[in-house]
Amino acid sequence: MSGLMAVFWKELADHFNSKRFIILSLLVYLAGIATIYIAAQNIRSGITETTQFIFLRLFTVSGEVQVFSFLFFLSFFIPIVGIALGFDAVNSERTSGNLSRILSQPLYRDSVINGKFLAGLITLAILVTSIVLLVAGMGLRMIGVPPVAEEILRLIAFIIVSIIYGAFWMSLSVLFSVLFNRIATAALASIALWIFLFLFVPIIAQVVAGANGEIAGAISRISPGVLYGEVTRVLLIPSHPTMFMISMYYTGLEPNPLPFSQSLLIAWPQLTSLIGLTALCFAISYIKFMREEIRST
Amino acid sequence: MVNHGIIETKELVKNYGKFTAVDKLTLRVDEGEIFGFLGPNGAGKTTTILMLLGLTEPTSGKAQICGFDPTREPLKVKRITGYLPEKVGFYEDLTARENLDYTAALNGLSQKVASRKIDELLDMVGLSEVANHKVGTFSHGMKQRLGITDIDPEGIEQVLAIIQNMAKQKVTIVLSSHQLHQVQKICTRVGIMSKGHLVAEGSVDQLGREKIGGGKFRIEIQVSEPTSKLVKSINVIKGVTNVESSGDMLLISCEKDLRPQIARTIVDNDCLLVQMKIEEYGLDDVYMKYFRES
Repeated sequence: MSGLMAVFWKELADHFNSKRFIILSLLVYLAGIATIYIAAQNIRSGITETTQFIFLRLFTVSGEVQVFSFLFFLSFFIPIVGIALGFDAVNSERTSGNLSRILSQPLYRDSVINGKFLAGLITLAILVTSIVLLVAGMGLRMIGVPPVAEEILRLIAFIIVSIIYGAFWMSLSVLFSVLFNRIATAALASIALWIFLFLFVPIIAQVVAGANGEIAGAISRISPGVLYGEVTRVLLIPSHPTMFMISMYYTGLEPNPLPFSQSLLIAWPQLTSLIGLTALCFAISYIKFMREEIRST
Repeated sequence: MVNHGIIETKELVKNYGKFTAVDKLTLRVDEGEIFGFLGPNGAGKTTTILMLLGLTEPTSGKAQICGFDPTREPLKVKRITGYLPEKVGFYEDLTARENLDYTAALNGLSQKVASRKIDELLDMVGLSEVANHKVGTFSHGMKQRLGITDIDPEGIEQVLAIIQNMAKQKVTIVLSSHQLHQVQKICTRVGIMSKGHLVAEGSVDQLGREKIGGGKFRIEIQVSEPTSKLVKSINVIKGVTNVESSGDMLLISCEKDLRPQIARTIVDNDCLLVQMKIEEYGLDDVYMKYFRES
């Protein structure tokens, strides 16, 4: 256990000291504040029609000038942060010759990868939680409507899902850092995969499935980004028409917002897939790392 | 612990795909030995050491350190071993002290004990002045010295003493090196590896005799005026197998070190001994001999 905690604290300190992380978090904070600012402006000028769940709208409403909602922007940045936290986790230790030195110390080999993963996860959690809280506080001041209990619950769920989404990208890039000896290769592979899943999978789904929306949806769910989008929309937009409600929607009835438990139920399959993907990536990197040969040169 | 070597391998095999890096290696190193592990690049030296440390898994066969299996009981093995690779790595953007702090934490030392130990160790390797400088600014030699402190925070005093004055303090050292002169000076025994096999094992002298002298001692003497009678009487000494003479030099092959007997014979024959020396084999010679053939 002492080995695991030593690795964990060292890695955590490394993350918070690294220029890479500081620059990235600054960027995320700035962008987050900007989107919330625009959203609050729009809400205040009465663009929105309903008065229900006003507070949650902060996170999902986009402006006329600026097209990104906070939600969209977060689904864009979380993968980058996740990749940044993981892509050089193992291979940099190997190329610098640290790995063989560390592993000849009395600690179990999995302490190293577990500690690294845990430190990344905590870093990610701190970043995501702090930015959501920051913009929530700012939004509260700007629109002056306090969140109701259910909105708080939904926000907490949103934070947890966002951390899981980030954890997926981090475990993917950790996997690449185990597989590829060169840091640049691991970084490029992670980013290439991210672009592919983020931009091309929805397009491919459209092309393959044509007009059949259901198949297109199924294919595009290969992309964890799509899964994340669906989960968070269900969580943050309680009256969001999900596929179960489409018929009702087209009859012209105003959809009633779902209770939190029902939203969670709808989001559950997607959420499970996300957790499963994360666990899968981590498991592969774990096994690979445990069986690997550690050479110093 | 009856008759257990500190390091023991039995039929140790490591394959990389079809390539066999280490082929049925059986090796034994006893307590207090300084074992020199020699061989050209790719002979399997490093792979063997990695298997002994549990940094890679053997394909088959057994390795044991003090009776512990490095694959199954890695922590027990790592607690009693230290490993200093040629290219020793430190976190370049941390200071020397921070790097050692981390090692101490990995060893589960409390902060108080660790900071005292680290001060002592840095002092010992002469790096106190630069303790708070980033390792990235260090020279190769400084990093190596820092690496020594890393070997074993508990027994570092002994390890250092060993490395400095080569006193035998029951610490077993395996030295894998290309620098034959150093190895020759330090090692009590050497093993030469080639293509995954241990082709020779023993003290440098012993190896030299076996390989170059055909298993014999060779004694060279210079006598002021050698007589054929002298050659004859040397030839009948028990153990002498051959005597060659050229001028005033005699080259004697024998089964053991017969210098005293030979000296007496010379005196008995009223000859004057100018000099006598037993042929010594350098590790260079032995090493060259092995690898010129293969």
